Amino acid sequence: MKSHPSPLARSQDAQMWQPKRNLSKWSEQLVKYIFAAFALISVATTLGIVFTLIFETFEFFREVPIFRFLTETQWTPLFTNAKFGIWVLVSATFMTSVIALFVALPVGLLAAICLSEYASPRVRQWLKPTLEILAGVPTVVYGYFALLFITPILQTFIPGLKTFNGLSAGLVMGIAILPFVASLSEDAIYAVPQSLRQGSYALGTTKRETITGVVLPAALSGIVASFVLAVARAVGETMIVTIAAGSNPTLTFDPRVPVQTMTAFIVQVSLGDTPATSLAFKTIFAVGMMLFLMTFVLNIFSFWFVRRFQEKYE
Amino acid sequence: MSSSPYSGSELPDIANSDFQPNLSKRYALDQVFEQLTWIATFIGLLVLCLLLYDIISDGASRLSWQFISSFPSRRPATAGLLSALVGSIWLLCVTAVLAFPVGVGSGIFLEEFAPDNFFTQLIEINIGNLAAVPSIIYGLLGLQVFARLMRPITGGPSILTGGLTLALLILPIIIVATREALRAVPNSLRQGGFAVGATRWQVVRDLILPQAIPGVLTGTILALSRAIGETAPLITIGALTFIAFLPPLSLEGLQTDFTALPIQVYNWVSRPQPAFHTNAAAGIIVLMLVLLLMNTTAVLLRNKFQKGRM
Repeated sequence: MKSHPSPLARSQDAQMWQPKRNLSKWSEQLVKYIFAAFALISVATTLGIVFTLIFETFEFFREVPIFRFLTETQWTPLFTNAKFGIWVLVSATFMTSVIALFVALPVGLLAAICLSEYASPRVRQWLKPTLEILAGVPTVVYGYFALLFITPILQTFIPGLKTFNGLSAGLVMGIAILPFVASLSEDAIYAVPQSLRQGSYALGTTKRETITGVVLPAALSGIVASFVLAVARAVGETMIVTIAAGSNPTLTFDPRVPVQTMTAFIVQVSLGDTPATSLAFKTIFAVGMMLFLMTFVLNIFSFWFVRRFQEKYE
Repeated sequence: MSSSPYSGSELPDIANSDFQPNLSKRYALDQVFEQLTWIATFIGLLVLCLLLYDIISDGASRLSWQFISSFPSRRPATAGLLSALVGSIWLLCVTAVLAFPVGVGSGIFLEEFAPDNFFTQLIEINIGNLAAVPSIIYGLLGLQVFARLMRPITGGPSILTGGLTLALLILPIIIVATREALRAVPNSLRQGGFAVGATRWQVVRDLILPQAIPGVLTGTILALSRAIGETAPLITIGALTFIAFLPPLSLEGLQTDFTALPIQVYNWVSRPQPAFHTNAAAGIIVLMLVLLLMNTTAVLLRNKFQKGRM
């Protein structure tokens, strides 16, 4: 190399070219650290949520023994004779979520199969964004729809259905989370390679048999992930249940009467003028902790399941 | 090979085997199944149409300039949503200013700069986790950290507090959208940049970002439209439902109390008088129009982006 010096090094132009490498390196490092700090904000958010909830929940349990929290059968934290049976709120959340999932999971999965396997590319191109509009409708709008449209219709053929009830809130919540299930499951089903379908057809199966026997099992991890997300959405849904299911904390699984979910309780307390030092104020953090733990467990399950059952294709 | 049942020219004896193709029944089931999937798809569309019809038929008659330019009132006929609309626009701006640089920066860091180590994986798992946390939990975080601990800066449940809370809420969405947009840029472009001696940041800034920016903007607008429709976290941080003034157009404006469109709608829905329900429907129409405007922008950007790449 020494015997052939680069022609550039001898030319006049080479002297003109000043790469300013130090400045480039310096700005590179600066940008890298700033962006890394930005990325850490998301970690800080998680820590902030966890510490906020733990701190206030701890304060709450210093005044209310955890035994009472888990065993009492009434929820009246704002009364003088306060009772703190969290299962009253959990049962309401459970009931509305189960109703919602009975709508969202089967309908969402069938819609995903339709979009991916039966709809022509042109129809799919139109249908998928239209379904995604449903996902973009604010939940307060669904609450209005449940209370003032669905409930009056249901009341005409379900006797004893109250103005506020778990049934109508659950049904509308199912419609609200349906597009998440449909869209995410569709992604998973669409991603199954064509060769698997062709192999199945070669064995003489019909289209339905190919879908239920080959395509759906191959897309299982994605479908289950979408289902788990739907459960998390249903549990954390706030405005639909606050508007349409009422604010009556009752330990019941009767979908016709008013109930109060965990999220609806947090909204109820937040709207009132509760002093920050009062017990009622700490209660919403204890309820929030319960909610966070439920979604956290769901997330971990989903993460584990996807890792365990994910199919990798070339 | 001698164990094969089909040796030589001998064909399997279908007529006497247990195998029953039973095709007519299977095809009939196929038909039923296909119809079921179509019905499932149209349930969603049907509900969407019903919802839009219900809201427009309830609220369209109430829409007027008076409705948009009046403050809330105890009498439904004179009430309006001026303070809510202005509050939502303030929130939109504050949230965008906070969330866009942080979200895009995080996305660039994770996709272009970060080494593939335990620390990076932790951030990635964490972002996935945050996306599934209910929005009301963010409200509790905002209440404790922004509205109470940082009260001297934010001024309690103010526009700044609301903007900070919503920014944290949509951060995971922007990060994921940014990463997807960056991943769609072909690697040859990066290699070309490095080959002419550019640093990683120069490659990202001058070659990758210009290609990815439509995708990034689409994701950001969709995330912001989610923020505009959020009610629960704003109620939780203590946003008021009755505001009869507009925040001053200055830095102090950030520290004033506020209300927003979804909160105003919720307030009207939760009252017993039917006249307020009409107001709620009209408020929903305004809210949906704002969202429609934002989503149309996002879709137009995406279409332009996809055509440009072909």
